[in-house]
Amino acid sequence: MERKIRVLVAKPGLDGHDRGAKIIARALRDAGMEVIYTGIQQTPQQIVETALQEDVDVIGLSILSGAHMTLLPKVTRMLRDEGMADVLVIAGGIIAEDDAAELKAQHGIAQVYGPGAPTTEIAEFIRSSIAARPSSTQGDNGGATA
Amino acid sequence: MAAPQLEALLNGQRRALAQSITLIETGGPPARDLMRAVYPHSGQAHIVGITGAPGAGKSTLVASLALRLRARGHRVGIIAIDPTSPFSGGAILGDRIRMQQLGGDAGVFIRSMASRGRLGGIAHATADAARLLDAAGFDRVLIETVGAGQSEVAIAHLAHTTVVVEVPGMGDDVQAIKAGILEVADIFVVNKADREGADLTLRQLKAMLRLGELADPNWEPPVLPCVAIRDEGLAALADTIEQHRRYLLESGMLARREAARVESEFFAAVQELAVERLRGRLGSAGYERLLADLVGRSVDPYSAAEQALGGRP
Repeated sequence: MERKIRVLVAKPGLDGHDRGAKIIARALRDAGMEVIYTGIQQTPQQIVETALQEDVDVIGLSILSGAHMTLLPKVTRMLRDEGMADVLVIAGGIIAEDDAAELKAQHGIAQVYGPGAPTTEIAEFIRSSIAARPSSTQGDNGGATA
Repeated sequence: MAAPQLEALLNGQRRALAQSITLIETGGPPARDLMRAVYPHSGQAHIVGITGAPGAGKSTLVASLALRLRARGHRVGIIAIDPTSPFSGGAILGDRIRMQQLGGDAGVFIRSMASRGRLGGIAHATADAARLLDAAGFDRVLIETVGAGQSEVAIAHLAHTTVVVEVPGMGDDVQAIKAGILEVADIFVVNKADREGADLTLRQLKAMLRLGELADPNWEPPVLPCVAIRDEGLAALADTIEQHRRYLLESGMLARREAARVESEFFAAVQELAVERLRGRLGSAGYERLLADLVGRSVDPYSAAEQALGGRP
């Protein structure tokens, strides 16, 4: 059986606008992925704990509060501490270009999407990134399950 | 599976557990190797199925129940199942939204699972995932089914205790005597019992139980009012689940249910293995040809199945 791509879609921080997150969740479902949706106001701890239990390949973080330079690096740092640096992390929201560049260059965010980004492009980015990943990401199981 | 990873799983290491569940969801020989190694370490947990219509409040109920069980010293594993889209193969798994208060507790492990085409309210991998949680030291495993209609009764073959969640105003008393999901309940919960019509629903369910013979003459399913979102009625539910567990143990019914459960898992394993070997033997081209012959009516499924398993005995 094929291994399904599992994605956690979460909203860190305090803003309550989850329309974008829901649109992404729905689009990734329609692209054949299993999307764990946890809703608004998630702490970095909650996000990493959920990602661990759900063994996701991808975390999509939607953030509109402006706190992205604090919260997003915190998530990727905690992932590294848990030995989960192989999880692909992408972000969406209102994020200035300079910030986006810094998040990508220094904080392990693979891609940043602004408002109006085509959802098909996001799904395709996820699919190709997962396909390009070395098969060792599943620890002892990876190679055998492919 | 390598020995260190098995050891990590049996020690309750969360990452090893999470990856093991992914492995069994993916299936195939590595999944079987894992379950072979885990099997002797399972059989301790009490498995509770929670089923009912979409929107009945199953996730909220599971979360509140898990808190009660934690307060009583149990380690609680949760498997929450949502449907896979038959069109895209994708799924939205949203049950965790209602389980936020369980975060940050090492005595709780929650896993969302897509049904992946399996009808009946649970996924193909649900039984094995429950066994993994069991082996990892979670002594109470709560399984929340897909929002169920009238015939999603597969959970009853898997769970030791099946809780059916109803809400007020779901229909008249004829609905209550129909076959299916209502017959598999060991415990009924009328959730959202602060709403109008709750008394009527409670009465109808109790009346339904008295109309006919019980599935088990020695256990009349209790009918409990709850308001899960306000944490009302949950202590009684936790007590009743423990009562049912004691009843199953003392009456010998637990052993009988376990035998039925193991039998259905065995049948599923035989089926999976038979199909896998057949596909391996025929190759993908041969398998496609066989399917085409079946569609073209030049072969019938019964003869093809006999042939697949080595011809007529």
